[in-house]
Amino acid sequence: MSTSMAPRPIKARQRPGDRIFSTSTLVAGSLILAVLAAVAIFLFAESVPAFFAPANAFTGDVTNFWSYVTPFVFGTIWSAILALIMAVPVAIGIALFISHFAPRKLAQGLGYLIDLLAAVPSVVFGLWGIGVLAPLVQPFYTNIVDWFGWFPLFAGPVSGTGRTTLTVAIVLAVMILPIITAICREIFLQAPLLHQEAALALGATRWEMIKLAVLPFGLPGIISASMLGLGRALGETMAVAMVLSPSPEVVFAVLTSQNSNTIAANIALNFPESSGIGVNILLATGLVLFVVTLIVNMIARVIINSRKAFSGAN
Amino acid sequence: MEFVPAATPLTNSLTAGKLPRRSPLWVLLAGWAVSAAFFTMLFLSGAVDGFNIVGTVVLGTVLYCVTIYVLSRQVEGSRKAMDRLMTALVTAAFVIALLPLVSIIYTTAVNGLPAFLTPTFFTESQRNVVGAGGGVLHAVMGTLLVTGVATLISVPIGLLTAIYLVEYGRGRLARSITFFVDVMTGVPSIVAGLFAFALFSLLFDDPGIRFGFGGSIALSVLMIPVVVRSSEEMLKLVPNELREAAFALGVPKWLTILKVVLPTSVAGIVTGIMLSIARVIGETAPLLIIAGFTASMNYDMFNDRIMTLPVFVYTQYANQGADSQAYIDRAWAAALTLVLIVMLLNGIARLIAHLFSPKFGR
Repeated sequence: MSTSMAPRPIKARQRPGDRIFSTSTLVAGSLILAVLAAVAIFLFAESVPAFFAPANAFTGDVTNFWSYVTPFVFGTIWSAILALIMAVPVAIGIALFISHFAPRKLAQGLGYLIDLLAAVPSVVFGLWGIGVLAPLVQPFYTNIVDWFGWFPLFAGPVSGTGRTTLTVAIVLAVMILPIITAICREIFLQAPLLHQEAALALGATRWEMIKLAVLPFGLPGIISASMLGLGRALGETMAVAMVLSPSPEVVFAVLTSQNSNTIAANIALNFPESSGIGVNILLATGLVLFVVTLIVNMIARVIINSRKAFSGAN
Repeated sequence: MEFVPAATPLTNSLTAGKLPRRSPLWVLLAGWAVSAAFFTMLFLSGAVDGFNIVGTVVLGTVLYCVTIYVLSRQVEGSRKAMDRLMTALVTAAFVIALLPLVSIIYTTAVNGLPAFLTPTFFTESQRNVVGAGGGVLHAVMGTLLVTGVATLISVPIGLLTAIYLVEYGRGRLARSITFFVDVMTGVPSIVAGLFAFALFSLLFDDPGIRFGFGGSIALSVLMIPVVVRSSEEMLKLVPNELREAAFALGVPKWLTILKVVLPTSVAGIVTGIMLSIARVIGETAPLLIIAGFTASMNYDMFNDRIMTLPVFVYTQYANQGADSQAYIDRAWAAALTLVLIVMLLNGIARLIAHLFSPKFGR
């Protein structure tokens, strides 16, 4: 039997520097997982008392934690969904404008301009919402309630200040536009060029080309971008806390002065003054928000990752 | 010779009529002119007070969409008409998104400038100030301290994680880190604040704990994922040939990363870090929870409440004193300061990216 010539794998020598460096990167990476776990654990630990809080710990006629948090969960989801309904069509439009309509040389600059919107701090959005937007839209609200008051969503009496769920939803929509736009733009830019050229060559107009070759390709991206936008809108705090005039009940009407508050805004408004069990209750509502946003974000990421081979949008 | 009658022009899709080249522009201007005339009449008849510019532009644009669709449908057919309509709508969507941006910058500048330009605004705190006067020195210092410490925590962790993911990480751990970093970018800012509060109130057994370092921890939770994502993208851009060349010369892996990979991608990494600072410097909710608010200077990160600019804006607005206009003016001026800082950070980041980005490829 001849000597086996199987090549011996060459291993690089492990120097102390290598060991230290690779271990420290590993520790840093694992730390991130630990932090996320710690967020969940510490929030849960501090929330436990709230789940067994006595009835007199809550204000109003609420007697336990779950009936306390229900209107806030409703308000959070309701305003976020309204914001999403307004933001998604506009964001798709902007993304298409930048990727397929604007002159090539301008496109990147226009993208920066939209990104600038993401850089505006949320408390500035809050000031703007009260100072500019609410007075601007209030007359329209009066008209809408006069004309469409029979429709439950627009039931009166109209708010005199304009600080309603719809105003909050508009502010939220503006705030989540940049992230939805950025992801949609990435995906539209990666739509297969050959499909687009083929569509044009067969005589399709530009819109037909987009309808045939770009939008079907980008659909999963649009869905996950919307989910990420939803996650942002669910967690947005200051703009809601400043603009909304809240009430502790479930309200569907979007133009009255009685509006369901959101979890995050409720925490921001009440945390500085609360103490004892009140703090635990607010932390527990924060835990609910954390779980909701975590689920929404994980679904969005799973959708994005399942298309990673084609899109690379992340 | 047989007489051939003049052939009627053939109509097919290739020779269908076309609108003149500049027609969309003229139709748009006409739409605006008509709506301007309409609103001028409303104004002159006294039904409304003041000429409505926003209404003019909106109505004019709607008129344009309808007119161009009808005209194009008559001349060019329904498919081309749809194309023109969608072009108009998509462009309108972009302009709609710019309106709030312009409006926010304009109102912040106009409302913020009066208090922003008072001589004491950047030299005094709010200590013992009732009514007008005072400044934001305490808030500016607090913001710099809290954000600075958050950066010191986030950058090493974020950068090392990015290096792990690009250079070392294989298999399940790397995949789960990538996934949860993405998920972490979506953690609401107030949850980060609540986490820092829960952590430190348990650690120090203080149910009303407020201090600056906690704010830095909360901001780090928000900042680390952003640093990881941007650094990872930049490290991936470093050509593999550079690494292979270094290995071929016998350079150990860790030195290759330190001396070859990192210097190559440093501009992009710095850009990413600046953008992540710009993102967290405007965070209000977590600092309101864990850093609290005060009217005095505080340089001690580990004791007592510390004021920051975003929280200053909020408290000035939320707790207005007797002279409410002075408080609102200060809120806007601080908002202006904040917007300027964020825009500056963004500008510098873009500049670095533009000046130092590698000039190869497309």
